[in-house]
Amino acid sequence: MATQDKVKVMSPEASKIPEGPIAEKWTNYKAHQKLVNPANKRKLDVIVVGTGLAGASAASTLAELGFNVLNFCIQDSPRRAHSIAAQGGINAAKNYQNDGDSVYRLFYDTVKGGDYRAREANVYRLAEVSNDIIDQCVAQGVPFAREYGGLLANRSFGGAQVSRTFYAKGQTGQQLLLGAYSSLNRQIKAGKVKSYNRYEMHDVVLVKDKDGVERARGIIAKNLVTGKFERFAAHAVVLATGGYGNTYFLSTNAMACNVSAAMAAYRKGAYFANPAYVQIHPTCIPVHGDKQSKLTLMSESLRNDGRIWVPKKKEDAEKLQKGLIKGSDIDEADRDYYLERRYPAFGNLVPRDVASRAAKERCDAGYGVNNTGLAVFLDFSEAINRLGIDVVRQRYGNLFDMYEEITDVNPGEMARETDGMEYYNPMMIYPAIHYTMGGLWVDYELQTSVKGLFAIGECNFSDHGANRLGASALMQGLADGYFVLPYTIQNYLSDQISVPRFSTDLPEFDAAEAKCKAFQDHLMSIKGNRTVDSIHKELGHIMWEYVGMARTKEGLEIAIKKLNDLRKVFESDLKIPGKEEGMNVELDKAFRLNDFITMGELIAYDALSRNESCGGHFREEYQTEEGEAKRDDNNCFYVSCWDYAGSDTKAPELIKEPLHYEAIKVQTRNYKS
Amino acid sequence: MEDKIMKVNLKVWRQENAKAKGKFVTYPDVETTPDTSFLETLDILNETLVEKGEEPIAFDHDCREGICGMCSLYINGHPHGPAIGATTCQLYMRRFKNGETITVEPWRSAAFPVIKDLIVNRNAFDQIQQAGGYVSFNCGGAQDANDLPIAKVQADAAMDSASCIGCGACVATCKNGSAMLFVAAKVTQFSHLPQGQVETARRVKAMVKKMDELGFGNCTNTGACAAECPKLIPLANIGRMNRLFIAAKIKD
Repeated sequence: MATQDKVKVMSPEASKIPEGPIAEKWTNYKAHQKLVNPANKRKLDVIVVGTGLAGASAASTLAELGFNVLNFCIQDSPRRAHSIAAQGGINAAKNYQNDGDSVYRLFYDTVKGGDYRAREANVYRLAEVSNDIIDQCVAQGVPFAREYGGLLANRSFGGAQVSRTFYAKGQTGQQLLLGAYSSLNRQIKAGKVKSYNRYEMHDVVLVKDKDGVERARGIIAKNLVTGKFERFAAHAVVLATGGYGNTYFLSTNAMACNVSAAMAAYRKGAYFANPAYVQIHPTCIPVHGDKQSKLTLMSESLRNDGRIWVPKKKEDAEKLQKGLIKGSDIDEADRDYYLERRYPAFGNLVPRDVASRAAKERCDAGYGVNNTGLAVFLDFSEAINRLGIDVVRQRYGNLFDMYEEITDVNPGEMARETDGMEYYNPMMIYPAIHYTMGGLWVDYELQTSVKGLFAIGECNFSDHGANRLGASALMQGLADGYFVLPYTIQNYLSDQISVPRFSTDLPEFDAAEAKCKAFQDHLMSIKGNRTVDSIHKELGHIMWEYVGMARTKEGLEIAIKKLNDLRKVFESDLKIPGKEEGMNVELDKAFRLNDFITMGELIAYDALSRNESCGGHFREEYQTEEGEAKRDDNNCFYVSCWDYAGSDTKAPELIKEPLHYEAIKVQTRNYKS
Repeated sequence: MEDKIMKVNLKVWRQENAKAKGKFVTYPDVETTPDTSFLETLDILNETLVEKGEEPIAFDHDCREGICGMCSLYINGHPHGPAIGATTCQLYMRRFKNGETITVEPWRSAAFPVIKDLIVNRNAFDQIQQAGGYVSFNCGGAQDANDLPIAKVQADAAMDSASCIGCGACVATCKNGSAMLFVAAKVTQFSHLPQGQVETARRVKAMVKKMDELGFGNCTNTGACAAECPKLIPLANIGRMNRLFIAAKIKD
């Protein structure tokens, strides 16, 4: 590892942040950027990989503008991308509630929620276009929740003191994605988007232009049905391939979510930024056994009325762990509502990173409430006593049912009534990997450090700093796809109008495909004893134990060593049945696992190099006496960008992009008062 | 949540590819627990198959939260198995008896050909949506969202129809292989909203035409689709679509 003083620092121009006051930057940019005229748009092709909120909105909007789009999706239909699973809502600065919201406040809350590690100009733009997203989605026919007067309804989310979250029942992500999917379908029918389903990107192809500059000109994608690698060329490539949460094996991500497209870009020279910023969501259903395949999120909206607690007395916790008593047996006076105790101003609605660490702290101290000791209670007794079961069921009925289906416990069922208080069965929850703030480094135009290669949505690192606020992922995905990329990509493409369509017979495509094929042959030839899942689970254990919610220097060094050993196991003892031809699910999983191992190392390297605690990155060495995260703004006020060292087994090189704040005063996050 | 071991026999449809002839294979004594999901039980079986060097059972799945619509499976004669209002991925083993033999098949419908084992091709659903399942509107020109008040009852009705996850259970369970409930859910969603009403006639004709072209069967109102729908989309959607379709045809 390079020492601190030898670390490379990125030039201030690299991020391409426009001149002017924060509120005028985006307006200025749009006023002066280069555009492509309609006749030339028809001659330009753009590849968009991914069909989630970012991918589908970008593909449809680029096609509406007149570009030819090739759109790839790993599932059998664009409508199934994992954005669909987002439950709670989408933020916007509409101030329809007249509660003091504004573009500036949404910007401020997002920067503060991100623990002052996001790029100011990008976040301001996000807040600025947030209102356009709501207008766009309503025009598409997205059935947002409404009040009786016919206007849009809002709810509250963590990290904010205003109600700015728009929602469609508990299925907001689904409805927004189906909206984007409908626009995409219109463009597919119009012939402007060519849709490739059950395809997975394996490599990005770079071709040198006449000046010797390498530019992204296409991809190699595998047809998951035929098992064949295929080549696709375009004038620019956009990655909208989501986050890397499944590095930890167990997460709330869908089973197919993977980091392979981003890793392919990284290996071709795209910097990977802030990989250590991983969001751990506080309200997930706890792990029940080693056969579990994924973790289920219970929406953050539950924290509007649910109260989080563990027993005050350790002997009660021990009885709970042995299954001798139930949560509802413990009297009100013997419950420790630790979030309300520690953070009076925000209580149960503190940001996700704060709530997750507080749960871990109580469980580590021995107050966990299930058989593994790794769970806390989320209790609706107070809300039901106050509002009645009907109102509470109206708000959260579908989540209660979902919880009961999985755990066989009904949180709306009364257990006993004592001294006029009705005690209900509490839910058990525990933090789980949910979202990744880090991602491919992009400049203000959402272009990676590879020319012509763009990254949008969760796939980039751009807007959430070290921690993302609830209901901001949907906002960012759609902001990038509908309102940012369709502008900024033209600034790039305007120089490409005289470049004719590429042939996929170029030697660069030959070489890229041959490399994919050779790696596949290698994987099939190992013929060892270990299944893909068994190695992936081991990866997950290493990551959760040493690179999870609380990290230390020693632990991270152990992790890097263990990951190195695990890679050797993968390369020497992997077992894949079946053939290369046709559909081979195990083979496809093996490709992804190889990239997850590299990603795991990247997270560990970044966590080791960042000598502070901030947002989703908590180093035990850097905390206050009260156990709160301690940032180091003097030494760590930067974006860490990792440059591939030419081989997966070599440590990557750190390049720092210093942060500059003009509009916001950097201060310690305070959710106490 | 103490893990109690239970054993089930899985009788599973295996088919190498679209052209191959498929057959049932029974895997006896698969060990699982009541708190394990059905798909995780398939994972457990697959892991043992891979360890033996055999090809695992291919099945579609993704979010495992009941929302993406990727999982399918005909389990003991029901699409998405015995639970009401739930997808296969939301099905837990406590629904089955220890020692039970569970039959697992792919969706069976002419419009959904088998790709491999339990995976089918549902591309026809995308094609129907492409025919007209949208509001013709380009990004950028929208008015302020609150300039268009929509009665809560209409918005809620649109939301109920929009809950369709496009899994195909309605087609799989229908003796005619009809896609009426799927198409009707989209048509109904837009028909409740002013943004969607402008194109109602064009939309309903285009989507029904495409549905017929793709080889889906006719609706004879048996109601199996709504009974088996994991999102409980009511049959009334089909009635509404029929009225809109007739109205559109009369205008022609």
